[in-house]
Amino acid sequence: MSAPEPRPSFLLTRLDEFVTWSQKNSLWPFGSGLACCAIEMIATAAARFDIARFGMELFRASPRQADLFIVAGTVTNKMAPILRRLWDQMPDPKWAVAMGNCAVCGGPFPTYSVLQGVDKIIPVDVYIAGCPPTPQGLLHGLITLQEKIARSHPTKEILNPDARNTR
Amino acid sequence: MAFKDIEINMGPQHPSTHGVLRLKLTVDNEVVLKVEPVIGYLHRGMEKLWESQTYAQCLPLTDRLDYLASLSNNLAFALAVEKLAGIEVPRRGRYIRIVLVELQRLASHLAWLGFMANDIGAMSVLLYGFEAREDILDLFEEYAGARLTIHGIRIGGAAHDLDEALVGRIRKVLSSVPRRLKDIRSLLDENRIWKERTVGIGLISASEAVDYGLTGPALRASGVSWDIRKSIPYSSYDEMDFDVPLGRQGDVYDRYLVRLEEIGQSIRIINQALDKLPPGEFRAKVPRTFRIPPGQVFHTVEAPKGELGFYIKSNGSDRPERVKMKSPSFINLQSLEHMCKGNLFSDVVGILGSLDIVLGEIDK
Amino acid sequence: MPEIPADRPLPRQAFEALSGRFPDSVLSSDFDKGELSVTIPKGILLAVLGYLKDDLGFGSLNDLIVLDNLAAPEGKKRFSLLYQLYRFPGDIRIRLVLDLDESEGVDSIVPLYRSADWAEREAYDMFGIVFEGHPGLRRIYLEEDFEGHPLRKDFPLAGRSGGL
Repeated sequence: MSAPEPRPSFLLTRLDEFVTWSQKNSLWPFGSGLACCAIEMIATAAARFDIARFGMELFRASPRQADLFIVAGTVTNKMAPILRRLWDQMPDPKWAVAMGNCAVCGGPFPTYSVLQGVDKIIPVDVYIAGCPPTPQGLLHGLITLQEKIARSHPTKEILNPDARNTR
Repeated sequence: MAFKDIEINMGPQHPSTHGVLRLKLTVDNEVVLKVEPVIGYLHRGMEKLWESQTYAQCLPLTDRLDYLASLSNNLAFALAVEKLAGIEVPRRGRYIRIVLVELQRLASHLAWLGFMANDIGAMSVLLYGFEAREDILDLFEEYAGARLTIHGIRIGGAAHDLDEALVGRIRKVLSSVPRRLKDIRSLLDENRIWKERTVGIGLISASEAVDYGLTGPALRASGVSWDIRKSIPYSSYDEMDFDVPLGRQGDVYDRYLVRLEEIGQSIRIINQALDKLPPGEFRAKVPRTFRIPPGQVFHTVEAPKGELGFYIKSNGSDRPERVKMKSPSFINLQSLEHMCKGNLFSDVVGILGSLDIVLGEIDK
Repeated sequence: MPEIPADRPLPRQAFEALSGRFPDSVLSSDFDKGELSVTIPKGILLAVLGYLKDDLGFGSLNDLIVLDNLAAPEGKKRFSLLYQLYRFPGDIRIRLVLDLDESEGVDSIVPLYRSADWAEREAYDMFGIVFEGHPGLRRIYLEEDFEGHPLRKDFPLAGRSGGL
C-alpha cells in the first residue's frame, strides 16, 4: 500500500479554486454535431436557452481551439476514427460530454454500423440521456460538468507532472 | 507553380455542411471544377432495423430520418402502412394531420433559413429564425410531449386530439410568424451583399432539374410546377385552397424566395384547416400489433425537403418484409456538382444551404 | 392484361402501349391498390426504359428498390429490382420489376436517368448487385473495406465482426 497523499496546502487549494472557477465558466465547446441532437445543441446556443450565460457561446469549429467536446448524435463505425482524431487534436485540459442516447449507448440503433456508445473511443465525463435531450437537459448536464470541474485539482499537475489526467 | 486541380476536403466535421457530409472539391484557383460528396457517416442501418420491428414500432424510428421535420416522416410512413393495410383515417384525423405537418413545414423552413443565412454570414438571422421556431416547438411539446422527434402522427390518425385551448394557441403563434418573417426579410431580401452572394449562383435549369430527379422547393425554384399535395393529394389536401410558389431561373436566390413564400402558404393552409376542423374521431381503431396480408405499396408525400416516400412490402406477418425510403435529400444532393461547377469555391456553402439537405435522411 | 378499373384510363393506356410495343416480353403484370407493376426480363431493360422515357413521357425515376427473396418459395430468383417511374403530365406511376439470380449483373440505367447513379451504388452496397456500365460503382454508405452486404436477409442486424 502506497503512502497516503500529503494534504494539499492552503495556497494550492485557493489556486485550485481559482483555476477551476475560470475553467468551468469559460468552456469553449467543440460542437461535434452529428445528428438530431445537434439541432437541440444549436437551439441551446440560440436566444431562448442562451448557453452564453454559462460562458459557452464560442462554439469553435476547430478542435485545436476548444476544450469541451460535445458528442451530439449517433457515432457510426465510419465516423469513429475521425471522432477519435478530433479528440486527440484537442489540447489539454479537455472534457467530453456524451449528449443523447446514441452517444451514450448507441441509442435506438443496435445495428451493424453504429458504435454502441462514444465512450468506447473517448473518455466521457458526463452522460446526458434523452432522445434528444431537451435544451434544459443539456444545460443540466453542462452544469453537472461544471460541478465536476469545480471538484478537480489542476494544481496537482504542478506538484507532480505524472498526475496528469488523474483529476 | 499553378494552383490548378487542387483537391480540398470539406468535412465530415464542418460547421456548414449541415451534418456529417464530406465534400471532395477539386478547384482551379478559386473556381470549382468537381464536387464529389462522400456520405455514409451517419448510416444507422434503419432499413434493416425496420424489418425486425412491428409497424407501430417502426414509426418512432422514422422521426430520426429528417430530424428537422419529423412529422412529415411519420406521415409518409403512416400513409404507406394505411394504404397497404386498407385502414381508413377519419376526417378529423386527416385535418389534424394537415395542421401538424404544415406547422412542421414552418419549423423546418425557419430552421433552414437560419442555417443558410448563418452559413453565408448573416448570423443574426439564425437567432431570429430559431426564436420564431421555438414558439412552434412549444406547441409541439404541448401537443405530443416532444420538441424535435415528435411522433405525433400514429397509424390510423393523429396521436392526440386538438382541444380549443391548443387551437387558440396555434392561431396566436401563427399570427406572430408573419411579423417575424417581415423582420427577417427586411434584413435579407433587398440586401446588396445577400443578393451578390445568391443571385445567379448555383443555376440549374428546369429540364436539368427533372433529369437529376430534383424534387421539392429546389425543383419549383427552377420553374417546374410539381407539388405532390396538388398532383397526388393525400390526407384531405384536395380540400385546402393554396398556391404553389414557383421560381424563374433556379438560382440560390430563387430557392430562398420559394421557401419563404411556402411559409406564407403553410400559414394559409393551417388557418383553413383549423376553421374547417370537422368533429368526430381523430384516430381509427387500430390494434397495437396487426398483420397485413402480402402486398406492396409505394407512397410519397411532399415533405419540406422534397418528395419523401416509403416502399413497404408485407408478407402476412406483423412486421414488414422490406421498407425502402425514398429520400429527397439523397437525390437532391446528386445535383450539387452540377450547381457548383464554374462557381467560386466560397459559393459552395451557399449552394449547399439552398439545397436544404439533412444527413439523417441521406444516410438513413 | 391486369384488372385496371375504367376510371383509371392513364395506367391502362400506358400498359397497352408498353405491351403493344414489346409483345411477349411482359412476363407478368399487376394492378393493386392503384399501382401498376410490370415484370420484364432483364435483357430488354434499357429498351423498355428508353421507350417509357422518350415515347411515353415517364421522365422521372422516383426510386430503385431491391428485394431479397431468400424467404420466398422455390422457383423465385434471389433478387427483384423494382424501378419506380413517374410521369409529370397526368401524374401516373409505373413499376418495372426484374428478377435476378444471386450472381447476375444488370445493365446500369444511368445513361437514361441520372438520378439512378447513387441509387445503383446503394443497391450495390446493400445487396451486392453489380450494375454493368455504371460510371464508378463503389460503396456509398459503408466503409470501403466493409465485408458483406447488410440488407441481404442472411446478414445479421448487429453485424458480423463482433462490433465495438
